[in-house]
Amino acid sequence: MDNMIPIKVNGKEYRVKSGQTVMHALDGLGYKIPRLCYHPKLSIEGACRVCIVEIKGLKNYAASCSYPVSANMEITTNSRELRQARRDIVELILDNHPQDCHTCDRDGICELQRLAYAMGIRKRYFEGERKQYAIDTSSASVVRDPNKCVLCGRCVRLCSEIQKVNALGYAHRGFKTVVMPAFNKPFSESVCTTCGQCINVCPTAAFVEKNNTRELFEMLDDPDTVKIAQVAPSVRAAIGESFNLEPGHAMHSEIVASLKKLGFDYVFDTQFSADLTIMEEASEFLERLEGNGPLPMITSCSSAWMKYVEQFYPEFIPNISSCKSPMSMMGTLVKTYFAEKLKVKPANILSAAFMCCTAKKYEAARPELAVNGSRSVDIVLTTRELAWMIKSAGIDFLNAKGEDFDAPLGLSSGAGTIFGATGGVMEAAIRTAYFLYSGETLLDIELNELRGLKGIKESRIKIHDKEIRVAVAHGLGNSSDLLETVKKDPGRYHFIEIMGCPGGCIGGGGQPYATANSIPLDEDCLLKRAEALYGLDRKKTIRRSHDNPDIQRIYKEYLGRPLSKLSHQLLHTHYKEKTPHGIIWKGAVE
Amino acid sequence: MYKEYSIIICSGTSCQKGVPGELTEIARQVLLKHGLDQKTKISLSGCLGMCSKGPVMIINPGYTIYGKVDAGNIGKIIENHIVHKKEVTEHVIHEDHLFNRFYSIFGDMDFFGKQMRIALRNCGIIDPDDIDDYLSVRGYEALARVLTDYTPAQVIEQVKLSGLRGRGGAGFPTGIKWELTAREKEPVKYVICNADEGDPGAFMDRSAVEGDPHTIIEGMIIGGYAVGAKNGIVYIRAEYPLAIKRLERAIASARKEGLLGDNILDTQFCFDIEIRLGAGAFVCGEETALIQSIEGFRGMPRPRPPYPSVKGLFGKPTLINNVETWANIPVIILDGAEWFSSIGTEKSKGTKVFALAGSIKNTGLIEVPMGTTLREIIFDVGGGIPEGRKFKAVQTGGPSGGCLVESDLDTRIDYESLAAAGSMMGSGGMIVLDEGACMVNIARYFLEFAQNESCGKCTPCREGTKRMLEILTRITEGNGMDGDIEKLERLGRMIQKASLCGLGQSAPNPVLSTIAKFRSEYEEHVIDRKCRAAVCTRMLTYEINGKCVGCTACVKVCPTRAVSGVKMNVHVIDQSKCIKCGACYEVCKFKAISKQ
Repeated sequence: MDNMIPIKVNGKEYRVKSGQTVMHALDGLGYKIPRLCYHPKLSIEGACRVCIVEIKGLKNYAASCSYPVSANMEITTNSRELRQARRDIVELILDNHPQDCHTCDRDGICELQRLAYAMGIRKRYFEGERKQYAIDTSSASVVRDPNKCVLCGRCVRLCSEIQKVNALGYAHRGFKTVVMPAFNKPFSESVCTTCGQCINVCPTAAFVEKNNTRELFEMLDDPDTVKIAQVAPSVRAAIGESFNLEPGHAMHSEIVASLKKLGFDYVFDTQFSADLTIMEEASEFLERLEGNGPLPMITSCSSAWMKYVEQFYPEFIPNISSCKSPMSMMGTLVKTYFAEKLKVKPANILSAAFMCCTAKKYEAARPELAVNGSRSVDIVLTTRELAWMIKSAGIDFLNAKGEDFDAPLGLSSGAGTIFGATGGVMEAAIRTAYFLYSGETLLDIELNELRGLKGIKESRIKIHDKEIRVAVAHGLGNSSDLLETVKKDPGRYHFIEIMGCPGGCIGGGGQPYATANSIPLDEDCLLKRAEALYGLDRKKTIRRSHDNPDIQRIYKEYLGRPLSKLSHQLLHTHYKEKTPHGIIWKGAVE
Repeated sequence: MYKEYSIIICSGTSCQKGVPGELTEIARQVLLKHGLDQKTKISLSGCLGMCSKGPVMIINPGYTIYGKVDAGNIGKIIENHIVHKKEVTEHVIHEDHLFNRFYSIFGDMDFFGKQMRIALRNCGIIDPDDIDDYLSVRGYEALARVLTDYTPAQVIEQVKLSGLRGRGGAGFPTGIKWELTAREKEPVKYVICNADEGDPGAFMDRSAVEGDPHTIIEGMIIGGYAVGAKNGIVYIRAEYPLAIKRLERAIASARKEGLLGDNILDTQFCFDIEIRLGAGAFVCGEETALIQSIEGFRGMPRPRPPYPSVKGLFGKPTLINNVETWANIPVIILDGAEWFSSIGTEKSKGTKVFALAGSIKNTGLIEVPMGTTLREIIFDVGGGIPEGRKFKAVQTGGPSGGCLVESDLDTRIDYESLAAAGSMMGSGGMIVLDEGACMVNIARYFLEFAQNESCGKCTPCREGTKRMLEILTRITEGNGMDGDIEKLERLGRMIQKASLCGLGQSAPNPVLSTIAKFRSEYEEHVIDRKCRAAVCTRMLTYEINGKCVGCTACVKVCPTRAVSGVKMNVHVIDQSKCIKCGACYEVCKFKAISKQ
């Protein structure tokens, strides 16, 4: 089908590949038809009608995103009538949208704003009633503001097609059409896994993270607390984008310096606790492998994934590693080990986490993760929130350098760094499990089969006589597919890594918005962010978690050994089945 | 067993509005009393189309049609007609004898004279719950012929030759649709009957299914054979309980007779039908939305292409036809494509069913050959406008169609002519308006319907019709602004050309066509703040004239105390307080209140 066919665009003759849409054909010819609901990773909706073109022989305009190109087609992309129609369509969207751009979370980085400008809407002709809905702030992670929704349906498609969560759907008709969770229940009571990918694909601010910046500024003003921050690997790989850098710059020292300027006393690295997670998780895996089961063991670092498994695959809960996430391990150590070191009461410590993730806000509030009755992580902010705080506090981020993470919870191996990219946890775990199992050091430590953006990746690793079969999935939809495979073939894998977001943490729901020249979930951007982490790993002399001297020290000084009683008490947790609205409790059927 | 007499009682939804089964029971009692119960067959039929004269009963021999039958008079009518062999003339609608040929079955009566019933050929005549009744009017003969004598390609050829076009409204050539579906190589295909009728005032599909469900089933089996599908689905709205019940029974009895299921009529062909209920969304009549609905999703249209014939239900090639289209199929096979194509106009063959409503004497269901003029439909079949009022316009095509005026009355009914005149065929709603109708208000009514039924997916339809509705609302409330008519036209044209599905593309039609034909009426509303039909109440002024006797009735009903006056003296209305509710106008017995 991929033969070349002649078409005419605005009277000019071209040859294009057949079997593609008009939009794709035009994209390849140097045109960029305005668009809104279209997203290359999602199914074709054809809803916004912004991308209309004229095709000779058709009575009506065609949506170029869905109409297939065919031989001898004559397309008009730019006529007076077409410009007016596109303009009027965008005005209609704008007329039913709050007019609060300059106080909106997405001011300056909003697709609708850009589109309205490009379409030349300087005047309103059709203004009338505007929708009025309550803003749903019930979720710890994601705020849903239907007033700003333009009904492009990207979030609905993303949540069902890429994440297979189906937390969102349309309700009502006509002007009253609205996107909402099942039964219009509060978002917190829905199946939403809080992954925040809806925020990433939303062209406006109909979904944003629960903003905790003001709260944190107030906490920082408290003179009586020791202020401790931790920073996730992926934050450093992406925050530069918020300061107009191309993706792919690792900005750890700028972040540490900025956090110190914001008023933090200690800045620790979540990569340290990632190393710790590896020590515990690799040990747990070997214990299960040696007969205690159950296998396959599945990672537990991703908060959205944990909620997903509790809701949709409770039968896999015994397979989930009991390790807390690196963020929660760090929070726990800050409030125990480090508090004891400082001789400060845990209550007088502010434990803040800067994450690429919105689900971590939800995780931090899980009651089972509390330490001695209080939260191990008091507040979680996303990369976007951090960038805004830095700007707001008047810090010159790009020139704030020269500081490193603080001891004793700041030194990390390359294994902890690559946690942020899909496959990274598995790669890091194998580097250590190999050593723990065989007593030998894995030399060829870059496991390329586990890197990259393929939905499900598989590999086999030989440790002496033993062949370990592993799999990696990222994005909840791929994860669901992988679990279905495991259901049919339970012995297929020994160890599985799952990350809730496409690309892993680097594609988290709290990462900087796509800029004017990029698209959300852009693979190129994800790969560049991942490369920033792999680059850091390559530069490190310590690339295996068990080689991290500070890790060795904390076991010697405090925890004893991996899976010790104290480790279990502080670094491990449990999960249980959840049945929010839209889930039928399996026990209820019988 | 041979019966000497037969009584057919219409049991369409409209005629059954009393106590269901009551008339049948009384008839049975009367017959029992006279010892005639063994000699008489009582059956229920579907809609005869004479809804304005219902409930309707036919007694044989004689094929006498009685109208306005009720519990009080049915006994007397039966006794007189059967026992005393005397017709009860005051209830006889007409006494013409029926011919054998179904399509001219009712001879030269006024109501039926210009009709030609093909799709509705059995409606009102056979008992829809009795498969034997259907078999006795050559039911399933077309199917038998197709399965034994025709290849699938030959069936499609016949449908193509007949010139039949989709009766759902768009008029796509049915044979080509069949051919496109047949051409696909997929082993699994579907055949769907679209019975999701939702236009306000339309009941063509409901009556057809209620009156003759087997015709639809037979048509669908033939369709399945032609395109190579084994699965049929009737998508019908849940608000049609009687139609659903009859269809269920018909499917069950067809299965029992070996007409559905495996090895139909002992051939290799297997086909079965299931019913899916729609929740009553207008947009689910659009084929892609209908498919989504059957698949269990929210009924929202998806972009075409791919067309359902290539990628339809569950991604498989799917043939979707409307109820009326299916009902034509057995006739085309039985009497031949050549005969069928001899009826109608050059490009529109056969007949079309319309639901006549509005300001017209014979409201009801009619079927006329294509090419019949609007004038013939309204004034001959429909009996004209009641109470000597003057014809103003006729709205065809429901919320998707447009208004036609006096000068369009000689337009011949076919897809192209109606479109050229500024309206459309649509699925068959036809609303007649007299001089008492306000065209702006009519347009507003249809647009409100379209806006409420918009699925909300595409911007032009969801947001655009809302803005048009706002503009129309302010015009009818006397707040129209300079430039409003032009805005309606600008938005309307954009919505027509940019919307995703047929609902949106046709939603502005009632507005644009009334602007085209009644622009001055719009301008009067906007500029003069006047509604000449005195329908837009917000613009009216209620005044008390010299006929007032001072009875104070109006004072008592006025909710805002705008009326005042001394008893036995002429009253006055304080215009600043009047909210134009019309309560005083309604209550005044002396015509002393004028509105203008």
